[in-house]
Amino acid sequence: MAKTQNSAAGGKPAAETIEPILNVDGVTLQYKTKEHLITATYRVGFDVFPADRFVLLGPSGCGKSTLLKGIAGYMKPVEGAIRLKGREISDPGPDRVMVFQEFDQLLPWKTVKQNITFALRNGKKTDNAAEADDIAMEYINKVKLTGFADTYPHMLSGGMKQRVAIARGMAMEPDVLLMDEPFAALDALTRLQMQKELLQLWEDTHFTVLFVTHSIEEALIVGSRILVLSPHPGQVKAELNAHHLNHDNVGQKGFADVQQRIHDMLFADRILEDEIQAADRA
Amino acid sequence: MSTSSTRKKDSLPELVIRPEFELSDIEQAQTGDVARKLSLVERIWNINGVRKAVILLTLVAAWQAYTVGLDVEPLMLPRFTISFVALYEALFHGDLIYKIWFSVKVLLIGYGAGLALSAVLILWATANRFGSDFISMATAMFNPLPAIALLPLAMLWFGLGTASLVFVLIHSVLWAVALSTHNGFENVSQTLRMIGRNYGLHGIRYVAKILVPAALPSILAGMKIGWAFAWRTLIGAELVFGASSGSGGLGWFIFESSQNLETEGVFAGLFAVILIGIVVENVVFRNVELKTVNRWGMQS
Repeated sequence: MAKTQNSAAGGKPAAETIEPILNVDGVTLQYKTKEHLITATYRVGFDVFPADRFVLLGPSGCGKSTLLKGIAGYMKPVEGAIRLKGREISDPGPDRVMVFQEFDQLLPWKTVKQNITFALRNGKKTDNAAEADDIAMEYINKVKLTGFADTYPHMLSGGMKQRVAIARGMAMEPDVLLMDEPFAALDALTRLQMQKELLQLWEDTHFTVLFVTHSIEEALIVGSRILVLSPHPGQVKAELNAHHLNHDNVGQKGFADVQQRIHDMLFADRILEDEIQAADRA
Repeated sequence: MSTSSTRKKDSLPELVIRPEFELSDIEQAQTGDVARKLSLVERIWNINGVRKAVILLTLVAAWQAYTVGLDVEPLMLPRFTISFVALYEALFHGDLIYKIWFSVKVLLIGYGAGLALSAVLILWATANRFGSDFISMATAMFNPLPAIALLPLAMLWFGLGTASLVFVLIHSVLWAVALSTHNGFENVSQTLRMIGRNYGLHGIRYVAKILVPAALPSILAGMKIGWAFAWRTLIGAELVFGASSGSGGLGWFIFESSQNLETEGVFAGLFAVILIGIVVENVVFRNVELKTVNRWGMQS
């Protein structure tokens, strides 16, 4: 496999000395449906460094969500290993908090604040009720939901629910925050707003986040480093830098070039995918 | 081919390009208040209880009119007023209140035992697949079996007394509650399950903190069905052998009244059964629902 090194200006020269926080090493993930054994990813490998906004980007069927579930500990790789701070992952745990796309990820029987304190206390972040309350309020303020602390989730809009889920995830201060297309079910305006807020939150604390999306634009805006995956099964296609791109660059030449480049990579696979489907039908 | 498509294009409507505009100030809407209060009659009619009370009064009026108007034989169908007075008399001057208490006491014991047993079954079913298979099979076998049909066996095994009643009550509660709780657990969304495991919950804490609250609508529905089954079973069972045991309950009161040709007493007993059913359904269960699943938006 020929690898073309394409180090953009302003990369991380210190990458050699700093240890990666998360190491995915030749991971093959498979799951069973009623009739098939599906290989979701094949020998995928990458490193996530502290403070990375690491994006897994690819079309549907590239196994990016499955990969995230593997990192979260819900699935075991059939080949390879996933290591967090050098320790192999075996089970789900509060050191890797998941934020889902689904709005029902909040416990409907808990208020906004209780959802966060529930996570803090069961995730062994703190045993002290007052301290849990303080941490919860701090993060509720951060996501601008101060007035909704005692509201039940069903009273909130989709965007507000995702904000609570993000606040809950961040309050846990996990080694890595795992976000599985968290804005995909939102309307375009809310999504834009949420992307900006997420970047703002990152500016505050430089947390490490692993973000799954199928939108090239979102990947470039949100991510600092992008892993492009090809589908059926998911394999690493490229790893690109995007730390220099954000909302302000959208539509500009540099942004559009990267966008086009990724589009071409994925488009090549799309033709292949169509051929496979045609072959399946034949 | 190309000529036909161009001809087709000619007949398509053209875009009408109009000038743009932007308003500097928007005038006040003239429809009156944005939110106008409904009229008093409309608001009263929107109260559930009012509409239900009207239905109830209509039924009572029809009964009274029929019995008075056609002068129906009181032994067959006494007037509503007479039946109601009989209930009042039995409650405040007779021993109906003790009979109700006797029935309710047995019912609570049987209901509680049924709930406890179904909790044990459910825990077993969540712990392993064999338990889950057992619940599916046992509910398929026993749920259609009327509890009353087990009464002869119960009397054979436990004699004529409270133990037999409790046995049939457990049978009527256990399967209904176990079945709907089990279904409720199975329908808990994958996302909530993953959230629970993400925060380190497993075993009994996972069941108590994730599965039970998430499946509460189903659990409450099962408990309501179980309660209704148990209540019916108890009254039926008391009709069968209330006569041969020393102290009787509400079913025995109905049986006794009919033996004494006091049809208004039979109706008084039936009223008591209905009233208790309504109170439990609309006061006890309704309030639990309002404080939990309704408040959480899991049921409207």
